[in-house]
Amino acid sequence: MSSPSENMPVTVSVPRSKPLLLRHLPYFIGAAALVALAATMQFDGYILNILMQATTFAIAVFGLSVVLGLCGQINLAQAAFFGFGAYAVGIGTSDYHISYWFCLLAGCLMALVAGAVLGMSTLRLGGHYLAMVTISFQQIVTLVMINAIWLTHGPDGVPRIGRPDLFQSSQSYLAFCVGMLALVGYFVWHLPDTRLGRAMRAVRDNELAAGVVGIDVFRTKVYAFALCAVLGGLAGGLFAGGFAYVSPDQFSFAESIVFLTMSLLGGVASPIGSAIGTGLLILIPEWLRFLKSVPGLYLAIYGLSVILIIRFMPDGIWGFVAAAFERWRAQLKTPPAAAALQLKPATVGGDIVLEVTGLSKYFGGLKAVDGVDIAVKRGGVHALIGPNGSGKTTTLNVLSGLYKATAGKILLDGTDITTMPPHQRTAAGLGRTFQNIRLFRSMTALENVEIGAERPGNKMIGEGGDAALTERAMEALTFVGLGGRANELISGFSYGHQRLIEIARALAANPTLLLLDEPAAGLNSTEKLELHELLKRIAAQGLTILIIDHDMTLVSEAAQHITVLNFGRRIADGESMAVLRHPDVVSAYLGSE
Amino acid sequence: MDLALQLLFTGIGIGAVYALVALGFVLIFRATNVVNFAQGEFSMVAAYLMVVFAVDLGWPYWLSFLLALAGMALLGVIFNLGVYYPLRHRTFLPVIIATIGASILLANSVLAIYGPQPQVLQGWFETPGIQLGPVYLDSQYLLIIAVTFALVIFNYWFFEKTLLGKKLQATSQDKEMASLLGISVSTMIMITFIYSAVLGGLAGILVAPVLFVSIQMGSTIALKAFAATIIGGFGDVAGAIIGGLALGVIETFGAAYISVPYKDGFAFLVLVAFLIFRPQGIFGERVAEKA
Repeated sequence: MSSPSENMPVTVSVPRSKPLLLRHLPYFIGAAALVALAATMQFDGYILNILMQATTFAIAVFGLSVVLGLCGQINLAQAAFFGFGAYAVGIGTSDYHISYWFCLLAGCLMALVAGAVLGMSTLRLGGHYLAMVTISFQQIVTLVMINAIWLTHGPDGVPRIGRPDLFQSSQSYLAFCVGMLALVGYFVWHLPDTRLGRAMRAVRDNELAAGVVGIDVFRTKVYAFALCAVLGGLAGGLFAGGFAYVSPDQFSFAESIVFLTMSLLGGVASPIGSAIGTGLLILIPEWLRFLKSVPGLYLAIYGLSVILIIRFMPDGIWGFVAAAFERWRAQLKTPPAAAALQLKPATVGGDIVLEVTGLSKYFGGLKAVDGVDIAVKRGGVHALIGPNGSGKTTTLNVLSGLYKATAGKILLDGTDITTMPPHQRTAAGLGRTFQNIRLFRSMTALENVEIGAERPGNKMIGEGGDAALTERAMEALTFVGLGGRANELISGFSYGHQRLIEIARALAANPTLLLLDEPAAGLNSTEKLELHELLKRIAAQGLTILIIDHDMTLVSEAAQHITVLNFGRRIADGESMAVLRHPDVVSAYLGSE
Repeated sequence: MDLALQLLFTGIGIGAVYALVALGFVLIFRATNVVNFAQGEFSMVAAYLMVVFAVDLGWPYWLSFLLALAGMALLGVIFNLGVYYPLRHRTFLPVIIATIGASILLANSVLAIYGPQPQVLQGWFETPGIQLGPVYLDSQYLLIIAVTFALVIFNYWFFEKTLLGKKLQATSQDKEMASLLGISVSTMIMITFIYSAVLGGLAGILVAPVLFVSIQMGSTIALKAFAATIIGGFGDVAGAIIGGLALGVIETFGAAYISVPYKDGFAFLVLVAFLIFRPQGIFGERVAEKA
């Protein structure tokens, strides 16, 4: 893997074509009006403080909406990253009299580096590791803030923090913070529709499928985590300038929990939810000040709220509202008509698209696949069959990289893919579907297929702009007959249709070889006929298919070439009709007399 | 050398506490596939229950001890019904967020009731300890080590030799199959929560006389115990014990020879080193997802 820190969050290209800018103009006009309001309205000191806190906290909570809402990874150290920014600005401007801007930048960079390192060491492992490691990290940062007195002034905190010359008055500084909030908000709002944002959502919904459609799962998670950290750092830097004083207790684990509660309450998936949650949890404690007299009571209530929100309102306040709105909008929106799908599988190697030699996969002592050879000819439909437990699905999982081969070699169009992780195999031209459907369930059919179309190395999407992706995805959906329902959520489709969407997702990527894992499983007879027709149309475009199925009618009619496995070994291989009459095959399926 | 021996003894003593809490983590993880982030709070609550019964009410130590453990069993039931059970069909992320919420709720409820001043709990024995050659053996540490040792043996016997233990194991390995065989999965999970709440509580009661009884003791112990489970190999019972003991020793030596204020930081450093160089831990996490 190339170093993920190369071009960290900048890879997010917010498309800036003219119509988009025009469409988003109302947002910027609204933001400008808010900034003007913040700059000119006369607030008393108390209100000003509350607004300053809400504005800076909201930016930190935006970070959580990226990592937790968009990518499904937890961060319980957002207050620590917030503290990085705050202490960078605090110590820098107060003790060393360095320029505010430089300190703010340094704080963001520190948070970025810390976030990236923490993410890279932990994100390959399960989510519970990340939760515990971020808590530990949070505790360490607090320990350092309190004990490294020479640097941080310890529990006394850092006083007399400076502001930039341009925004010396509290009012103008607030206006500056509101402006930053609007910018970050715009970025976070549009992130889900960018390539990186879609990858994050795919990782959140189904990591395994995300890897197989060509997303580098680990790198996506690290980006999300680092992005969250950098937003925390930025927010902290702004906070320090606003309040001119910081101390360790403002960046404790409890504060991380406050950020988390804000994010969950408003709705973790959207910046609007973040803003709602932040606003509520800053205002409510101000209204109910008397509760503050009992230490711990507030946090106890927050803890209880977290449990209740997770149980009864998992998408938060805004998630609840947005879901209703989304349902209403999907009914109105009719997807555009699409051109016919072009499949132009790459032809680099020779006559054989997939050459498997001596492939083995052992689970401990069990030889699930044992020295299997398969040669799939270009442009045909090749079937891999065998009784239950013969090693078919294991073979497919080794081919797509979900399992590591114990021995053997896999050549795809002349490229050795034996040791590649799933997403690199996909980039090399492998497409697959799953026996038990793995779609990204919180997305629409179109979005699912767009992620497929984004396969690195897909030559059918030109520069890979959003318009080209949508067009390609629509073509693929139309090809499988579901173009008219592109904007509906996955959960609304029947099982058979979900299978077709999975095939469309693989087709949109324009693969060199398509692996179909029991595509007929669970389909009724009409759906099976439709599937057969679809396979014919795919094969007619010259795309090579390797199919695994139990359905003998489908296999014998669709495939020209069949390989038969039994007990992990190849027992027959050749032209369809001859193989199906082979005595070993007959006895494997029907038993020998 | 004498100092090193003394530190080794203390380290094993404190490590035994981490091992007990780590054991609670592992049992719940194996039964439900989620990490219970409120496991450390079980220790804290039990220690406060001891303070209430033995110090405030002045009841006999053994009675307070039994009542505290009974209280923990009840907490295990409430925790399962209130936090885990309603979310059992959701993915792991909502569940761990809910247990984090529960951890915050427990710690701060105790803070709201009892205030921030740390409390003192006497040890079980009148004798403070015995001198054995160059090493002074504190009686409470001896008790901790003995109880942990006994519990490890009990744990082995319970899970490997009894029918209930086998049922619990079956549940943790394949819930669907276990329920098809007539095992009540929800009862098994309930038993697991009760057992690990009692284990966590026991650790808290044992360690309370050595540390102060404070609100923070739960999260501190939980972090160390979690680090211990990763060092040992996530989900592995023997790993949790070895990891806990190792961490206790490392931390005690670190505090004596390197820095006292950063004592709690050593666990994190060891943890990160393991995550980078040997994430599967000493004994290896058994992870596999079927496509």
